[in-house]
Amino acid sequence: MVKKILSASIIWLVLALLYIPVLLLVVYSFNASSEIGIWSSEWNLSLYKMLFSDEKILSAIKTTLLLAISSATISTILGTAGAIGLYYSRKRTFKIFNIVTQIPVVSADIVTAVAIALTCSILLFPRTYASLLIGHVVLCFPFVFTSVVPKLKQMDPNLYEAGLDLGASPRKALFSIVIPEILPGIVSGFLLAITLSLDDYVITTFLKPSTIDTISTYAYNAYAKNAANTSIPALRALSAIVFAIIIILVVVNFLISNKKKKEGN
Amino acid sequence: MNALRFSRKHLGIPYIIFLSVFVILPLVLIVLYAFTDSEWHFTLNNFADFFLRSGNLKVLAISFGLALLTTVICILIAYPVAYVLAQSKLKASGIYLLLFILPMWINFVLRTAAVKELLYMLDGLGIYDVSENYFLSTIIGMVYDYLPFSILPIYTVLIKIDKSAIEASMDLGANPVQTFFRTTLPLSMPGIMSAVTMVFLPTTTTYVIADTLGNSKVTIIGNLIKTQFDAGTAESWHVGSAISLVLLVIIFASMLFSGKLNENDQKGGASKW
Repeated sequence: MVKKILSASIIWLVLALLYIPVLLLVVYSFNASSEIGIWSSEWNLSLYKMLFSDEKILSAIKTTLLLAISSATISTILGTAGAIGLYYSRKRTFKIFNIVTQIPVVSADIVTAVAIALTCSILLFPRTYASLLIGHVVLCFPFVFTSVVPKLKQMDPNLYEAGLDLGASPRKALFSIVIPEILPGIVSGFLLAITLSLDDYVITTFLKPSTIDTISTYAYNAYAKNAANTSIPALRALSAIVFAIIIILVVVNFLISNKKKKEGN
Repeated sequence: MNALRFSRKHLGIPYIIFLSVFVILPLVLIVLYAFTDSEWHFTLNNFADFFLRSGNLKVLAISFGLALLTTVICILIAYPVAYVLAQSKLKASGIYLLLFILPMWINFVLRTAAVKELLYMLDGLGIYDVSENYFLSTIIGMVYDYLPFSILPIYTVLIKIDKSAIEASMDLGANPVQTFFRTTLPLSMPGIMSAVTMVFLPTTTTYVIADTLGNSKVTIIGNLIKTQFDAGTAESWHVGSAISLVLLVIIFASMLFSGKLNENDQKGGASKW
């Protein structure tokens, strides 16, 4: 009994610590107060109105989403093609490039950012949206590669050969046999790439042109550089929206996987 | 003729080119910049500059100190949580795990900002003094941001531990406390180690947390590198590369030490799911 109470209190205490800061923002996003802790008058949506009329934040949101989708798409194509190509190359080639692929994963983000910034300057590549996109692709592609390779290992190698024997061209065999087999790995790599890109601050700040902001860089400049920034209250509304979207996605995902499990039974 | 025919191997070519230009070349450039001056002559001055300036050593010490404290606190909180979750026979333990991971998906700058808002509110209420506790605030922020990352790897290892090892220990006369310290804890070491690498290394460089919660009064290695690259003088990129290289060497040394650069390096990414 004591053990049970102890276990439950550990869980709930840590959950409370994790959620109090976020929930505080959510509650105060429905109030016009500029300072958390001081509740002014009543519940209202003024911060949301502020958020949706702030051109800078809106463009940061747009950039963030566009960047996440485009870098995840490029990473997925690049990483999947690379995984297939290298997996069917000589063992040594695969081994070497598999290790090289892990370099951006294990090294600190800031080192990756610095390294790519140096490369862009040597190649006389100015800081543009393209350099930012390259940075995000470098951040994301190793994760696509590493989630596709295990699926290739699980696949029966005879399937591809059988396809060829039955008259399919290598291209056709690839798209109608290999890709469908490894699709779960590709999808999870893509989703992981999206979350990594959405979460990134360091690589973005080193590679973006000064005219572009993402949610991360905008929020950093508002909160860290300038304590009296007037857009902070609007960012509360943004945090609340982000939190709500994540909860919706998690619940939907949970329901789908539950349904699948039941169908499986 | 054969070379022109489509083969699966050819799919690797763009990948290898991309890796060469954006992973291998950048590393080579960091090394090159680190060992040269603005005229491209070989020099060790960048390193000497870094290590001899007393302020920098202090920054190194602060970075590793903060990272160490953060890691220890994260593990001390994460282990019991992961242990309880792994032990529970509840069907709902999956949902609980999800609840612990969920904050990880909120943008990390916004998460840090949320902690700042909370601390300032406590300051307003007279419970906490922000201006006196920049280091404490930074540690709170770091623990808050990295806690989910430490729960997951420990949980993954704990849930895989063979129950018969624990039963054997009990059967051989160990009490629950002995069983925990001599069977469960040693068996869960891989999880703890991977939690350590997921928390320690990032915390030495994420200056976002230090800047936001330490009000720019707390300087860590990440700030040093950023400052060099923002300075824009002829020398500064070379010094910045030298600091990055030092960091990189420390990272790879610790990777080799913990044997992480092998098969299981997929964990880093996979564990986010």
